[in-house]
Amino acid sequence: MQTAILILIPFIAALAQLFVPRKYGKRFAISASLLAFVVCLVTFIQFPVSGDYQYVTDVPWIASLGIHFKVGMDGISMLLVLLTTFLVPLIILSVVQSETRTPVFYSLILFMEMALIGVFVSLDGFLFYIFWELALIPIYFICLLWGGEHKVRVTLKFFIYTLAGSLFMLVALVYLYLHTASYTFEIGELYKAGRSLDAPTQGILFLFFFLAFGIKMPVFPLHTWQPDTYTEAPTQGTMLLSGIMLKMGIYGVIRWMLPMLPLALQQYGDYAMWLAVIGVIYASIIAITRSDIKRLIAYSSIAHVGLIAAGVFAGNAIGVQGGIIQMLSHGINVVGLFFIVDIIQRRTNTRKIGSLGGIRQQAPFFATAFIILTLGAVALPLTDGFVGEFLLINGIYIYKPAMAVVAGFTIILGAVYMLRTYQRTTLGETSVESEKFFDLTPNEKAVLIPLLILVIVIGIWPNIFLKVSEPAVTKLLSGN
Amino acid sequence: MITLIILSALGILTLFAQVLRFRKGLFPVILVGLAAAFYFTSADWNSNPQAWFSSMLDFNHYAIAFSRSIIIIAFLWFMMARNYFLQETSATDHFALVIFSLVGAVSMVSYNNLTMLFLGIEILSLSAYVLAASDKGNILSNEAGFKYFLMGSFATGFLLFGITLIYGVSGSFDLHVIQQSVGTHQQPTMVLIGILLLLVGLCFKASLVPFHFWAPDVYDGAPTPVTAYMATVVKTAAFGAFFRLFYTCFPDLVSQWSNVLWWIVVLTLFIANITAVRQNSVKRMLAYSSIAHAGYLAIAIVSMNGAASGRAILYYTLTYSISTITAFTVLYIVARNSGREDFGAFEGLAKTNPFLSFVIVVSMLSLAGIPPTAGFFGKYYIFQNAIATHNTGLVLLAVLAALIGVFYYFRVIIAVYFKPEQSNIPVAIGGLHQTVLFITTLLTILLGIFPDWVLQWI
Repeated sequence: MQTAILILIPFIAALAQLFVPRKYGKRFAISASLLAFVVCLVTFIQFPVSGDYQYVTDVPWIASLGIHFKVGMDGISMLLVLLTTFLVPLIILSVVQSETRTPVFYSLILFMEMALIGVFVSLDGFLFYIFWELALIPIYFICLLWGGEHKVRVTLKFFIYTLAGSLFMLVALVYLYLHTASYTFEIGELYKAGRSLDAPTQGILFLFFFLAFGIKMPVFPLHTWQPDTYTEAPTQGTMLLSGIMLKMGIYGVIRWMLPMLPLALQQYGDYAMWLAVIGVIYASIIAITRSDIKRLIAYSSIAHVGLIAAGVFAGNAIGVQGGIIQMLSHGINVVGLFFIVDIIQRRTNTRKIGSLGGIRQQAPFFATAFIILTLGAVALPLTDGFVGEFLLINGIYIYKPAMAVVAGFTIILGAVYMLRTYQRTTLGETSVESEKFFDLTPNEKAVLIPLLILVIVIGIWPNIFLKVSEPAVTKLLSGN
Repeated sequence: MITLIILSALGILTLFAQVLRFRKGLFPVILVGLAAAFYFTSADWNSNPQAWFSSMLDFNHYAIAFSRSIIIIAFLWFMMARNYFLQETSATDHFALVIFSLVGAVSMVSYNNLTMLFLGIEILSLSAYVLAASDKGNILSNEAGFKYFLMGSFATGFLLFGITLIYGVSGSFDLHVIQQSVGTHQQPTMVLIGILLLLVGLCFKASLVPFHFWAPDVYDGAPTPVTAYMATVVKTAAFGAFFRLFYTCFPDLVSQWSNVLWWIVVLTLFIANITAVRQNSVKRMLAYSSIAHAGYLAIAIVSMNGAASGRAILYYTLTYSISTITAFTVLYIVARNSGREDFGAFEGLAKTNPFLSFVIVVSMLSLAGIPPTAGFFGKYYIFQNAIATHNTGLVLLAVLAALIGVFYYFRVIIAVYFKPEQSNIPVAIGGLHQTVLFITTLLTILLGIFPDWVLQWI
């Protein structure tokens, strides 16, 4: 029941938002998303230690085709829903007063929240696909309506890219559906249907799913839409895309590919991992050469996600657990970092690293927040990034030590571009652009402080989260 | 059967309205008449006998479902087209023509005899020829009517020739007799040529490539409400007839004719979608979009999956028609306001009329096949049937075509949210148009979420 409520709250709020007077738009959206977060937090605290789906709602939907509205959460879904409901209020809060945002903007964000939660809790293949696509529509309009200079071209590319991937996934899902015993999209039956197929067929389905999930993450070489879109999107759009939406891809791999296509994973998992690892190195090197901070963080996101993908495709419990915890940390870090970029841009009208410098003297609190997020991103021990990357590289090592060595470069390269960015912008001589930099406003503090707290909390007590997903991961990988 | 009687009576009544000086009150009468036709059609569900006139017509569930669909579309169309036609003097004649063409459309989905198919097509087409040329002062409209007439007659010739050859082999026009006689023994070449000619004739009517050349000019030249009629009711009836013929008569020969149709589908999907990208007029774009949708519909015939394919065509034609009526209504309003039909006319619509911009976005999303709109489920269901009959390759090609489709449908969406160079005049819409747009948009979303409402009809 709680699962269905978690989908309904943002949905109803998104509709109600359209009738809220413009003046109260932001307050209403924050209240609604906070309500969802509270419900989710209560559910999380009560969540039983079990690998089964909890709080399942199962209603026949398109009865003639065996399609059900079936939602429920196991530990993996729970953590991702928690991340979504935690980040959305902060993303809404990050809108500053000077920017004019109509109620439609908040409505789209809430609509997106509904779709994202839906993706993470769907236990029916068709429903999963619908939510998957539903998440694309609001973000497209957020980017098209409030994006930067080249928004039209960039958003269309983004839309067509992701739609292409998902349509291939749809074909794969229908194929599996037609191989179930009683024509159903129920997830367990789809698992059975997938595992009963021979290796070559599984391989083709693997490719189709990989296209959908790989474009969403994005994995090298399917990433070309990502830097442009992240750069052109409004800050809230970038946060939604990088903080939550790319997790859809990784979640898809964990939920749909690992248990369903074991033979294909043995055969092609290697290629997928190499692509991911190449992406890590490739994106890190490009990030080092960028001078636009927003673009730099966009590329760093490709690198981080590449590592997560590699760990998840390794297909062992440590790698998958690392992937899950790293999804949380990456969501928190990257949303924080994009907000930092947004603050810099609003104060100085530039995102060029070269024109900045010495912000720390003007804004010590800002500098502290920036360094904590940076350290989280470079995976310093006792920050959230460390736990995830450690487990991921451990998981990759179990699969293939050589690959772990290559993937391990991400930590070194990550330190190069992140610390250098921090140093050039915040330390050193104060540049002309940075002179008028004032410290964080209460509104900005309210966004950053919860993020900073979590960077530390996950770093020190990762078990709060790991123990929730552990039984589910074990069950998933044992193939039941 | 009662559907045909009510519609014929309504048509005659409309014709007399001119003489009886009853023009003002005519419109509500037509709507009530259509509602009655819908109600009695549904009531016909359990009637006995289904077959009429020595089995010339067979009102089975398929026929009833398609008749209902056609009446719904016609109802929405009348609401859309009323203002345009009442501005003219001969509105009653044109309304009567439309209602008579509905009689033809209903015959086309309920025939059980090839002569009845021919009669249905002719009743429908003759009205459509006249309607296409109804804007008498406009040379393009005249051209449209003439071109449509020439090409249509030509296609009917093919159809008749095909019917003759089939009759030569089976000795009957009755669909079931034909099915038994061509399905049982070794096929003479005559049957295959007959099927091929029938295919050509029907592809003309359904505007599938390479028999589509008339469509863009006719759609472009005809008055916008008439174009909407041709893209919706005529297309629904054409596919209703197409599927009924091949499903009833030639299911055993599917391996023979599906190869030909396979290529027709692929050509249609790619030529129509790619050409649509290059258009600057929204009306012409919608014409090519209508050809492209015919391609998706024909997939359901290629991958003959029993009654499920019929259900897919029913759902697709109905929801496609509803979205298309939205699109043409908005186009009509915008074009009347700005005097242009290109993409530029839509610029800034989000500012000048948010309601119109919302409905056109929903309509474009539906035509592009994006969930949760009805257009998505229509495509999904057709693809599912195709994969079930091992036509996965065709589905992958169709997926690519659908991606091309996003380019031109989204051009409209982008234009709507694009800031115009000069500020536009606010766009005003009448109450009737507002109602029809509200209904079609609501249906597009609701039928997308609850497709079972329509799928249960058959």
